[in-house]
Amino acid sequence: MFDNLSNRFDGIFKRIRGKGRLTEADVDEVLKEIRTALLEADVNVGVVRNLVARIREGAIGIESSKALDPSQQVIKLVNQELTNILGGETLKITYASRPPTVVLMAGLQGSGKTTNSAKLARWFKSQGRHPLLVGADLQRPAAVEQLRTLGRQIDVPVFSEPGDPVSTATRGLAEARRLGKDVLIVDTAGRLAIDDEMMAQIRQISDQITPNYTFLVIDAMTGQDAVTVAEAFHATLQIDGVILSKLDGDARGGAALSVKEVIGRPIAFASTGEKLDAFDQFHPDRMASRILGMGDVLTLIEQAEKAFEKDQAEEAAAKLLEGEFTLDDFLEQMQSLKKMGPLGGLLGMMPGMPKELKNAQIGDDDLKPVEAIIRSMTREERRKPEIINGSRRQRIAAGSGRSIAEVNRLVKQFSEMQKMMKRMGAAAPGKKGKKGKMAGLAGLGALGGGGLPGLGGPGGGPAGGPGGGFPGFPPSR
Amino acid sequence: MNAQTILLILLGVALVFGLGVVLLNRRSGAHHRPTAPPVPRAVDEPNAAPPPAVPSTREQTAVATVAVEPEPEPEPEPEPDAEPVTRPSFRERMARTATAMAGVFGGVRARGGITADTWDDLEEALLKADVGVGVTDALLDGLRSRVKAKEIETADALLAALQSDMSSRLAGADRTLHLETVPDGHVNVWLFVGVNGVGKTTTIGKVAAQQAALGRTVVLAAGDTFRAAAAEQLGTWAERSGAELVRGNEGGDPSAVIFDGVQRAAAKGADLVLGDTAGRLQNKSNLMDELRKVRRVAGREPGVVSEVLLVIDATTGQNGLAQAREFAEAAGVTGVVLSKLDGSAKGGIVFAIETELGIPVKLVGLGETIADLVDFDPDEFVAALFGG
Repeated sequence: MFDNLSNRFDGIFKRIRGKGRLTEADVDEVLKEIRTALLEADVNVGVVRNLVARIREGAIGIESSKALDPSQQVIKLVNQELTNILGGETLKITYASRPPTVVLMAGLQGSGKTTNSAKLARWFKSQGRHPLLVGADLQRPAAVEQLRTLGRQIDVPVFSEPGDPVSTATRGLAEARRLGKDVLIVDTAGRLAIDDEMMAQIRQISDQITPNYTFLVIDAMTGQDAVTVAEAFHATLQIDGVILSKLDGDARGGAALSVKEVIGRPIAFASTGEKLDAFDQFHPDRMASRILGMGDVLTLIEQAEKAFEKDQAEEAAAKLLEGEFTLDDFLEQMQSLKKMGPLGGLLGMMPGMPKELKNAQIGDDDLKPVEAIIRSMTREERRKPEIINGSRRQRIAAGSGRSIAEVNRLVKQFSEMQKMMKRMGAAAPGKKGKKGKMAGLAGLGALGGGGLPGLGGPGGGPAGGPGGGFPGFPPSR
Repeated sequence: MNAQTILLILLGVALVFGLGVVLLNRRSGAHHRPTAPPVPRAVDEPNAAPPPAVPSTREQTAVATVAVEPEPEPEPEPEPDAEPVTRPSFRERMARTATAMAGVFGGVRARGGITADTWDDLEEALLKADVGVGVTDALLDGLRSRVKAKEIETADALLAALQSDMSSRLAGADRTLHLETVPDGHVNVWLFVGVNGVGKTTTIGKVAAQQAALGRTVVLAAGDTFRAAAAEQLGTWAERSGAELVRGNEGGDPSAVIFDGVQRAAAKGADLVLGDTAGRLQNKSNLMDELRKVRRVAGREPGVVSEVLLVIDATTGQNGLAQAREFAEAAGVTGVVLSKLDGSAKGGIVFAIETELGIPVKLVGLGETIADLVDFDPDEFVAALFGG
């Protein structure tokens, strides 16, 4: 899973922290970890070598600035380097002046061409275009049938005929003209890059239909071979962009980086789920932190910013840390939290979350009993839960339709949480997080420590405040 | 840890995080970069992808299940695909490209002595084959100490030692496909599981043809009710191998289809049920739960699950280990099928899977034809990695 790079750096960084300047030995040590992280993310060996060399140049002699200590600067540097590779020019689709705009899909077997052809068609549709799909995968049994089914689901016509893929594609193009379709997407059979015959065939298809865009579909789980595959397809077809499939898995997706670096063509789209609308243009900035294993922090930050009111949040945070956070505040913030999206999804994006928490299935429905119980309390009770006695408890339980035990548990857990937050507020560095069930929070240390600040994304270098921007999370582990 | 505790922790955490973000940004005064449209993944519900749950008591679905009986085929026809009678060799299939690895080893050999570059080259070769940092380090550390102890002094000896170390990492595993002797009225079940696009359905088709050729009666259960036309694809293979296909409705309950397949097989006294399942990414816990259920139901009387085979694409990188771990946990994987090894990918992730998880590779896909799905031979595999 996303094992947090900044957690791995903990040991090294603790020593480095406070140093004004990184020595070459420090840098070597950090770079070794970065190299391992990149390799474990399936970034190609050669690409890693070049990357590490570039980072080394930048890292030696780094001096600590006001906001970031050297270790954080290194992470920032790495993140920038990755974003540079992944980003650069993004693919802007320009439509052919004489329609249809022809798109050719290519890739290995099982990379997801058929599904992504349909997803792409749906995307074009959402842009106000009228696509036609062509099933030119006559190799895999029922591939055309699959495309037809998908076409029905997105209400896009599918053309195919048995026989020869080259003539099917050519006929498909004529059909698109006849029907007045303005986008043509040709799905092809999966093929090995080393299969000369099949590569010649797709070359022939390409020559016949002269695509405006040739997309290479690459599985986000691909290992070192991604480079070989991309080079081979690029040599045969002149790839215009890459579609990264199955990005909703837990692979770090280093292949994306390698391919971009090697063929110099942008990752145009990413497929992020089984549903046909789980497909969008690619965001390089997020991919960088994912490859580094830092979760999808940027997305999370964005969502948090949208969901939480600034003033209110500020007030709540202050209260939280001073232990004056009431159940009322809790309820209020819970509403904001819900705006951030499904809880399960949020959890998955948090960097450094322990696995059992990440895998916990929590739906918004699970919030309902909590809400019901709090809403059944009087204002006084919400302010001072400790006044809740037997008869109050009974009333609350009856009012919320929950059991007395549940009410009890909520009150107790709330006070535990409150205590913990308060302790965080005052935490001296090095203090151990509470053991047992609350240990989960300790994992978040990364947020206040190396994780967030290092991103160097939005929020710049927020590690400014004493002990990290959001003060003093107990260190993880 | 009960759900509510988790919930509260989460709330606390998320609150702190949310508040923290807002405050930090205010403090640093940094302006957020122009908001790109949110990535769908971010808002994807964890249960975004499940095949629509079918109100499936077994009876209901059983009605919806169609047993497709192939035309009676008394004489097994010669398999049209199976023209290569001889078993393909790993070396021939894996070394169709000038392998980067073999090239590197050539360079190491040419150098004669063992230098710092030698180690870099070996490391790079192993990493390029997707062997992974952990296994690579372990292999090379072992060799380094032997070089230090002067046990190994030449490049040739070093390569030989590496090859034998790699082979021995894969030695001793039981790689046979098990068919248990079952009491009358019972039937063996082999389940095929894996992430999307690895070649589960194709593998099943080939296994069906091979088992049929061995004289066994095979029933195919089209448990992939999610992917469009998956059952049609399996149906094509059923025709080719003369196996019977049991399928359900698209979007139906996969466990029910597998169960019906088992029932059907037991009723006609078949030897083996091959159960297909939908591809699923191992981090989708709802889909993994569904798989748990499939596994459970497949083993219900009269079914005896004797193999759960995880199909892994040879192009898979380090995520393969996570796949093996999660599928093993959910479905009790008994073996790995390494597919698509005839491409330029080397499938080195199997070293980590075998050594860390103890799951043996049982079958390997070396090409498109039925005869290209062969038993895994570790020595041949390692030799092919070394280019001969």
